[in-house]
Amino acid sequence: MPLTLYDKIWEEHLVHQQEDGTALLFVDRHLIHEVTSPQAFEGLRNSNRKVRQPNLTLAVVDHNIPTTDRSKGIDDKDSRIQIETLDKNCKEFGVQLFGVHDKRQGIVHIVGPEQGFTQPGTVIVCGDSHTATHGAFGSLAFGIGTSEVEHVLATQTLVQKKAKNFRVNVNGKLAVGVTSKDVVLQIIGNIGTAGGTGYVIEYAGSLISDLSVENRMTICNMTIEGGARAGLIQPDQKIFDYLKGRPMSPKNENWDKAVEYWKTLKTDSDAKFDKEINLTAEDIVPMVTWGTSPQDVVSIDGKVPNPENESDTDRKNSIERSLKYMGLEPDVAIKDIKIDTVFIGSCTNGRIEDLREAAQILKDKKKAAHVHAMIVPGSGLVKEQAEQEGLDKIFINAGFEWREPGCSMCLAMNADKLKPKERCASTSNRNFEGRQGRGGRTHLVSPGMAAAAAIAGNLDDVRKYQN
Amino acid sequence: MMLESTKIKMQKFNTLKSIPAYLPIVNIDTDMIIPKQFLKTIKRTGLGKNLFFEMRYDDDGNEIKDFSLNNEPFNNSKILIAGNNFGCGSSREHAPWALLDFGITCVISSSYADIFYSNCFKNGILPIILEEEKIKELSEYSNRKEEISVDLNEQKIVYGNSETKFDIDPFKKKCLLEGLDDIALSLEKSTQIDTYEKKLKENKPWIFND
Ligand code: SF4
Repeated sequence: MPLTLYDKIWEEHLVHQQEDGTALLFVDRHLIHEVTSPQAFEGLRNSNRKVRQPNLTLAVVDHNIPTTDRSKGIDDKDSRIQIETLDKNCKEFGVQLFGVHDKRQGIVHIVGPEQGFTQPGTVIVCGDSHTATHGAFGSLAFGIGTSEVEHVLATQTLVQKKAKNFRVNVNGKLAVGVTSKDVVLQIIGNIGTAGGTGYVIEYAGSLISDLSVENRMTICNMTIEGGARAGLIQPDQKIFDYLKGRPMSPKNENWDKAVEYWKTLKTDSDAKFDKEINLTAEDIVPMVTWGTSPQDVVSIDGKVPNPENESDTDRKNSIERSLKYMGLEPDVAIKDIKIDTVFIGSCTNGRIEDLREAAQILKDKKKAAHVHAMIVPGSGLVKEQAEQEGLDKIFINAGFEWREPGCSMCLAMNADKLKPKERCASTSNRNFEGRQGRGGRTHLVSPGMAAAAAIAGNLDDVRKYQN
Repeated sequence: MMLESTKIKMQKFNTLKSIPAYLPIVNIDTDMIIPKQFLKTIKRTGLGKNLFFEMRYDDDGNEIKDFSLNNEPFNNSKILIAGNNFGCGSSREHAPWALLDFGITCVISSSYADIFYSNCFKNGILPIILEEEKIKELSEYSNRKEEISVDLNEQKIVYGNSETKFDIDPFKKKCLLEGLDDIALSLEKSTQIDTYEKKLKENKPWIFND
């Protein structure tokens, strides 16, 4: 029977097929961080269990840490305890940790690929819903809850039910100023936040193969916003080149063996998908979200929707609720929406290419005076690279704050948060109510669009700012 | 009494009777269930007082009177009826922990986000899927403050003189009924895991960084 890439990875990882239709899957790579792991380690301790494969586990602090100077320790007591707890747990159970002062520290989904820990054909899990990011390497990667984190730590396996197959084809070429962030926002706008529920998505088509590795990560990253737990892309030479020589990538003869295997990782040409959609890259324009769900997308040339135009009452009510929260009037042009804050960072858009994209727009420009703007690199290594390229100077000259790596205002667990009613153009992935701070208003955009918004002081079309 | 520092032993689920609370909101996400400022805990307990925090308290931290869960009898509801796509958003298990700590052990909606759905079972919460029509019918019991009862074994909800059946995966049902621990069940397969790892070391040695 012809199989999809997802089917193949699934079968390769079957430890045991249980009678009830679930399966015990082997986990090759387990990433952990400070927020969703303490209760899992506590569970292990209480039942006298060990971490079965510490070598297949990598820990990093990211969600909770301050992004300002950390050399003097962490003020917030709860955050500090959580971070210290991870440190203690990793020591006790023999797990490698990139701690606060490690240069390799950063957002878990940026660190994995950067270190070569993320590899094609593997099953990768993490107690974080944006784990699908790693699917850009042709791995089956998905987020799990804390009980499952404990399960993986103890058994190196996970009980799973097979999902259905969904293929999203994007063909053609993107116009200047349009990025993979716009592509994924467009996809989510098309399928809705529940469109992928119960599926694993494979992204395919000529545009996807043309994208760089990092841009592919942006797409897979937001798969969960379309309801699917995992999204993946067939690995190719770009992926192999990216991984070659990274600290945790296979070495010597193992490298050759690995690449030989990785080359076999593809969907059979006659494989059947349970669902399939097609998008044309040329139709995609810079996108913005207007509401409180990632599916609330509109083009930068568009207008805020009018609930009166909705016939479905649930939909109408939900638009009204969103507009009220967002402080927006129906039918207002998107470009007339004034912003207070710009956040560039997160596992969606905190990699070097994202920073280059923003820098290209910000070069020799200044942010609008009323805007508070910050850039939070995705990892210490991204930060270092950006500084070597002089990007930090461009940002600082433009009036941005240049921060230490972490999740920061993506989820606002640390001090980086919006105040009530503050409006933010953000390169992160979620615009839920309160996501970036209680009462904060989020418009999701690409790094270039965020940079354009910083300069204009309102949401604006990045295509006007191409240097 | 619940011991704070130990893992909450999974409670067996059998039957449940309660006046249901009703939140007629779609897409209730995990940020709404438990905002991130409460994720800094290293424990599983104590989150109930912050359940639905942003809807429940005003800026000064006072209870908002017209939020149903703040009022009798819904502050004691064990059953929550909600709009579709309940639990979307992050994978945080703090969401089911907060529901559980508040006292809710059964959620009824027309659909759930995948991760939230499976997290419920791991914490002894029964998430029931019903059609919108039935949800509307049941919500009347919340409005009238009348009890409904849930029978997991029989897979039915009894309300007034009516009842409705619901579907549930047999294995998940068994685990809930018996309060089974997933990890212990999987560890029974240790030999299979050993065999798998041995084969993996031979076929894909790079996985182990050897
Ligand atoms: S950057 Fe945001 S989405 Fe990514 S791991 Fe951190 S909190 Fe989660």
